[in-house]
Parts: sequence; C-alpha cells; structure tokens
Amino acid sequence: MTRVIVVTSGKGGVGKTTTSAAFATGLALQGYKTAVIDFDVGLRNLDLIMGCERRVVYDFVNVINKEASLNQALIRDKRIENLHILPASQTRDKEALTMEGVEAVINELKETFDYIVCDSPAGIEHGAYMAMYFADEAVVVTNPEISSVRDSDRILGLLASKTKRVVENRTPVKEYLLLTRYSPERVKNGEMLSVDDIQEILSIPLLGVIPESQSVLTASNQGIPVIINKNSRAGLAYSDCIGRFLGEEIDLRFIDVKKGGIFGKFFGGR
Amino acid sequence: MGLFDYFHANRNSADVAKERLSILIARDHFHRNQPSFLAALQNELLEVIKKYVDIDQDDVTVSLDREEDCEILELNIALPEKGRYKEA
Repeated sequence: MTRVIVVTSGKGGVGKTTTSAAFATGLALQGYKTAVIDFDVGLRNLDLIMGCERRVVYDFVNVINKEASLNQALIRDKRIENLHILPASQTRDKEALTMEGVEAVINELKETFDYIVCDSPAGIEHGAYMAMYFADEAVVVTNPEISSVRDSDRILGLLASKTKRVVENRTPVKEYLLLTRYSPERVKNGEMLSVDDIQEILSIPLLGVIPESQSVLTASNQGIPVIINKNSRAGLAYSDCIGRFLGEEIDLRFIDVKKGGIFGKFFGGR
Repeated sequence: MGLFDYFHANRNSADVAKERLSILIARDHFHRNQPSFLAALQNELLEVIKKYVDIDQDDVTVSLDREEDCEILELNIALPEKGRYKEA
C-alpha cells in the first residue's frame, strides 16, 4: 500500500527541500517506486535540488487544473530508476492547490507509486496545510535552534489536529524528528542544543541527525541529492535515516566530536 | 556590567536555550488548548455588566488557569465609584 510522507518544519531554511530530495532518492535507491511533489507554489526549488530544472514543462497546478495529464507533468529522474518529480508551479499562487485537486493527484499517484513524498512550503498557510493533509507519515525537519524547535512544536500540533487521518478518526499521522545542521563541537562547548535536549522537548521518535556539512551546499550547487554522495557525512546520515524509516536498527553516527588522527583529517568536514 | 559581559555570563547558552524553550512550549500548549469561546465570553459578560454599571473594556479581565485536573476561570471586574451606577 502506498504511503504518503510529508516533509515539514514550519520554519524556513532548515532543510525541507534538501531532506525531501534525499528521502525520495533514498527510497528509490532501495527499489521503491517514489514520487516527490513540490508544494511550494510560487517558490519552486525542488527541481533545482534534484537537478531537473531544465526539464520542467508542466507542473502540479497544470495537473490540478487538467491542463496536462499527470504523466506529462511527472519528470523521470535521469540518474535513478523509480524516481519521479512533480514540480510546483512558479507563476500561480498557493490558492491554486485545491483540496479536491490535490487529493485527485495523490490518488492517481497511489495507483503506481509505493511512496509519495510531499515537500511542504515553510509557514503554516494553505500550501503547508495541503502538503500535510493527506499524509500518513511526517518527517519534521528541525535545526538545533530555538526558533526552529518552537516552530516544529507548532507543526506537531497541526499534524495532530488538521490532517485527513485525524478528521476520519484513523490512527494519527506517524511523526519523526529529523535534526539537521548539527554541530557536535558546538554541542560539546555548550553553544548548541543537543539532540537529547531537542528530543526531550518535542518528544517524538528520532529518525536521524544530519551533521552540518559543506557537502550539502556542494550537492545543491550541482543539483545532485546529497544522499548519492557516499563520501559525505550528511549523505551517509541521510542513508541511515532511510534505513531506520524502513525499519532497520542503525546506530546514530556523527553526533560526537570527531576523533583526531589521519582518518579524521581525510574524512572530516565533508 | 556592560552588554558584552552579559553575553559572557557563566552559564552556557545551550542551557539557557533549553530552559527558555521548555517554558515557551509549555505556554504555547496552554494557549493552544484554551477554549476558543473565551474572548466571546469576555465580550458577552462585558455587555451584561454594562447594562448595570458604567465600565470600560479595560475594567474586565478574564483568564483561565489550570491546576492539576481542575480549570479555574477567573473574572476580575473593577467597579467604578458609586456615582456611575446606572440605577442610582
């Protein structure tokens, strides 16, 4: 049965799109047929992170308005089999995402795909609400920063009250915490909230911790999801998240200060 | 103590952040769970009281407190001096 996953956060700039791209790519690499939808109408960015911006012809809103078929709008990833991208519209406004329209598109995707990843816009407005409404599972992306944690808590409140699963009295959306831009050095120096602090405050299961890493910017510069880079600590941490999401037991890594020595010098900071 | 010293107080900033967040989130949850009728209740009460006493919006405060499993609705009305009673 198809699972719908929303990647959300409330606060902007914490890594929702990076995470959506990594998640969708990771699931496809595991052999699942995966579609990733950009819900950020007017501020389309997922296509850039996925490196398919020049292949966008039709978009999500075109499909909702029946100006194009779903198959015409879906972009097949050139690198990875089983991975498809549905880009957001750059010119319309968010109100173009009608509840009925979004539901129709998701239902049609369910006929072919195992996973549907919804990349939510920032904020708690209509676009974010549409992205979470049909979700079975939610990945709440949080930075170890006070405003991000507070916004994540707000989003958790909405996930618990404003989703289709709740409205229909089914089991609530399954929530996971994904901590990004984590810096073990700063945590050790008492300058940054630790993973334990944040988990205690938000009290939802932890899916993983992505270390602060230069490779995330490099990946977005190149339009290659960071999870593909097996030399990147962020990429490896995302791979671990996929494993845990699929039920494997994998220990956290990159959450302690790096040990010195020649190994650390070679692999550190990537 | 200058502003500079203020940032270099003994406690580390992560602890300060955690404490602030814990308080903040408890308060957010409290407001989130507050019944939405509270503002309407306050206005209606004010209307009723205004029939008899000459008071302003600012003279009435309504707040909801929670202790254990018991909720306390507190209503404070500052009554004006005698001359402003309507019946008198």
